Amino acid sequence: MSDALPRNPTAGSDFGSIESALVPTHDVLVIGAGLAGQRAALAAAEQGVSVGILSKVHPVRSHSNAAQGGINAALNPGDSWESHAFDTVKGSDYLGDQDAISIMCEEAPEEILHLEHLGVTFHRNEEGKLGTRAFGGASAARTYYVADITGQAIMHVLYEQLMKYSDDVTRYEEWFCTALAMDEQGECCGVVTRNVADGSMQLFTAKAVILACGGNGQAWKPTTNALICTGDGIAMAYRVGAKLMDMEMIQYHPTTLAGKGFLITEGARGEGAHLLNAKGERFMERYAPNKMELASRDVVSRAEQTEIDEGRGFPDGTVALDITVVPKKRIHEALREIVLVGRDFAGVDITKEPIHIKPGNHYTMGGVKTDVDGRTEVPGLYAAGETACVSVHGGNRLGANSLLDTLIFGRRSGVDAAARAKRIEGSRPSGGTLEVEQATIDAISAREKGSGRRVSEIKFDLGTVMDKQVAVFRDEAGIQGALEKVRRLKEEAESAYIDDKGSVFNQDLLGAIELGYMLDNAECTCIAALERKESRGAQYRTDFPERNDEEWLKHIDLQQGDEEPEISYSEVTITQWEPEERKY
Amino acid sequence: MAEYTLKVRRYQPESGQGPFWEEFKVDLDPTLSVLDGILQAKDRDDGSLSVRCSCKAAICGSCGMKINGQSGLGCKTQIGEAQELADKKASVGNGGGTKDNAIVVEPMGNMPVIKDLITDMESTHWEKIRRVTPWLLPYGEAPEREYVVEPESMIDITQSMACIQCGACVSSCLSMEADPDFIGPAALAKAYRFVGDPRDAESKERLHDLAEDPHGIYDCTHCFSCVDACPKGVAPMDQIMRLRRKAGEEGIDDPHNGHNHEIAFTKIIEKKGTLDEALLQQESYAPGIKGKLVPSKGAIEGLGKSLPTVLRAIKTGKARSLSKLIPGVHPKLPGGAQDEVKAIYKHAEEHREEFNIYIHGEDDVEPEPDEPADAALTDEAKAATEEKA
Repeated sequence: MSDALPRNPTAGSDFGSIESALVPTHDVLVIGAGLAGQRAALAAAEQGVSVGILSKVHPVRSHSNAAQGGINAALNPGDSWESHAFDTVKGSDYLGDQDAISIMCEEAPEEILHLEHLGVTFHRNEEGKLGTRAFGGASAARTYYVADITGQAIMHVLYEQLMKYSDDVTRYEEWFCTALAMDEQGECCGVVTRNVADGSMQLFTAKAVILACGGNGQAWKPTTNALICTGDGIAMAYRVGAKLMDMEMIQYHPTTLAGKGFLITEGARGEGAHLLNAKGERFMERYAPNKMELASRDVVSRAEQTEIDEGRGFPDGTVALDITVVPKKRIHEALREIVLVGRDFAGVDITKEPIHIKPGNHYTMGGVKTDVDGRTEVPGLYAAGETACVSVHGGNRLGANSLLDTLIFGRRSGVDAAARAKRIEGSRPSGGTLEVEQATIDAISAREKGSGRRVSEIKFDLGTVMDKQVAVFRDEAGIQGALEKVRRLKEEAESAYIDDKGSVFNQDLLGAIELGYMLDNAECTCIAALERKESRGAQYRTDFPERNDEEWLKHIDLQQGDEEPEISYSEVTITQWEPEERKY
Repeated sequence: MAEYTLKVRRYQPESGQGPFWEEFKVDLDPTLSVLDGILQAKDRDDGSLSVRCSCKAAICGSCGMKINGQSGLGCKTQIGEAQELADKKASVGNGGGTKDNAIVVEPMGNMPVIKDLITDMESTHWEKIRRVTPWLLPYGEAPEREYVVEPESMIDITQSMACIQCGACVSSCLSMEADPDFIGPAALAKAYRFVGDPRDAESKERLHDLAEDPHGIYDCTHCFSCVDACPKGVAPMDQIMRLRRKAGEEGIDDPHNGHNHEIAFTKIIEKKGTLDEALLQQESYAPGIKGKLVPSKGAIEGLGKSLPTVLRAIKTGKARSLSKLIPGVHPKLPGGAQDEVKAIYKHAEEHREEFNIYIHGEDDVEPEPDEPADAALTDEAKAATEEKA
């Protein structure tokens, strides 16, 4: 394998014993190969620089697959990007940065057309033009879609393009990133990785590194997120001093299967499905009389949780989603995946009977703080997609805005990273990074069975406490309890043991490293949630139930400190939409 | 909660040992998946038990495996159902009645095994995907707005876009077992996604390429294994058959004469109601009067090649009656039955529709008896009879 790696002509013996000579290099290196990563890689390659894309799973296994409902853009005649932007600002509970939101919404139509030209099989209206569906929190039907496999359909088309441009973008499929490499000036200049297939450690150098590793949903249990969503990018950036922002903002999706965490697309409600409590009441009438089931996700999730907590839910702690009101033909055409999820995972024929659902962990609104070109506060380090916090989602992300976020800011990161690569000389890691990472791994492998707890047990405890205390409703005592628990688990993780001592596909070892990433993410979320003493978007504090613009219309930034994260604040960018009361 | 035994075919490449079977006891709800069971064993008993997995919701395509010999996704197979199948299989062997048999879990077939349930999909899957030029080759410059296309055309190819590249079809493919160079069900379904895409400018070239490759579309033996294995309803074999039909319509030479055979077969039934076997071979190779007056070189060759089969049929008694030996003697259906057959043809022509999961759903393949289609069919048959009278 290593024969095929591109060599760094500047690599020399001063890299240290292991880091000598065999250092592959790229101008731009993208970590993660979901939508944001693939889009970034393609955009950077278009600028004529050498690009590598590296992912711990095969790119088509990435979690962007799971985005079902669609992608927003104001492309219909009569719609405007300003309307899309306003809906997004309002959806964010005014915590989103309006300059970034404007860029995203203004560039959205062009991006949709670009995807269509590449081959995405978007749904057509009767005239054969792009057709839309309604989605939550939106004042117009502006969601473009491919049945209910939109994320998969787009991601597979981008992967087609990666195959097409294989001369311009080198793919490293199933390579796991353990750390970012820094030079003496404190700039990011590469990554340390483990080749999953054979366990070999490899340093890569690059003039710019783009983190596009998705969110951190696995720190909650249950979650709609895939097993790979362990907050790797957020944790790696944090560990080299990048700032994290809005980490308290964790989205609970209103319609997930109880216990199992499977997602039922918001598209179901977009097509007209109703939410009912155990009494058969369409309870959204009481919470959002205008938008009903299509209010923002935080609003709908809170309504459901209130119904459940006040005893109007079903005995299994759920409410019902009634899709039977949608015409059968339309269900087959537009909600097929949900028919399968109902049949295979809940034993329910959704065309004939309501399905039981509840709010479930779904999306990381916060992440690595970036500007509108994906730049973090660490030179040379970029972030895009769910890993990043630009912030376009603020306190609450609108449905069908996440795919858009990945593509717009993935592309912008790729372009800017390529420009940096053309501008700078390139530097070398300050040395020893690879040895440090190898030593960490050796230490994990050396722990004997019984020296501590199993990694899987700690992960289970983490997910359980986060879902209990840092969920739809929060209060100080609960979050404080969760933070203490997370810190205990962090200590326990130091001695947690693994069974697999091998090199080939040692998933056990990677699981131990991922646990560390998740614990860093969870700690930051607890601290930010504790800090924000108000209710805004996904952060609802029962002890501070009102939004408080005077004190809290600001971002909470976290940076790694000596003992614990250091808290600072940054202003929310407001351009043309002054905060007002949020009603649906 | 119930207890299950998973019997896993394991392979640890660094152990120096060959593959071995290991049983794991797990307890979980019957509606949870076989993958949940494997992960429970991994979490509780042995962290070295290796399986690719991620979404646990049948969308990432990581956990292709064989369960009780059947290729599919671990996350989409409920463990309770897997148990029923395991018991059913065991009872066939010993005359019935046993319970709590082990659920057998193996890595996918037709692929080299790397470790436990992890296989090498590069040479057996991805290389073949890249073989079919898997990207859109559009006409000239892109339009200013979107390409305007028939709405149905997008729904049509969305069925093959639903493929998640899990490899279950490749694992189950019998042709692949016989010919490892076969392009295979997944890659050919991917190819249909472009051939059927009105935005693609090179559909014809693609068809020629796939038809002329000896390991291409005619390598499929129509066994349905991939249709059964596919967890997403892509029905790869159907996509291959559509490629064949399009190739036939394109006039591309089929080495097995399948397209002409299909046309001859349907024409004879339309005319006579049942199959005139004596007519079938010559109509397949030399259709109509023109075909017989000016037979092509291929026709003479093809008919010549089928002579031994005919002789063998006579010798073994399979073809003895006049109607099987002399073309044209074969009788039509009695009474008005032939008219009803014709009405069916007419109806099919007028309602020509490809089966598509995004139109028909999963379970509605059979029209219900009171559906208007049936009534229309009866009316058409009646009209045809009256017309004749």
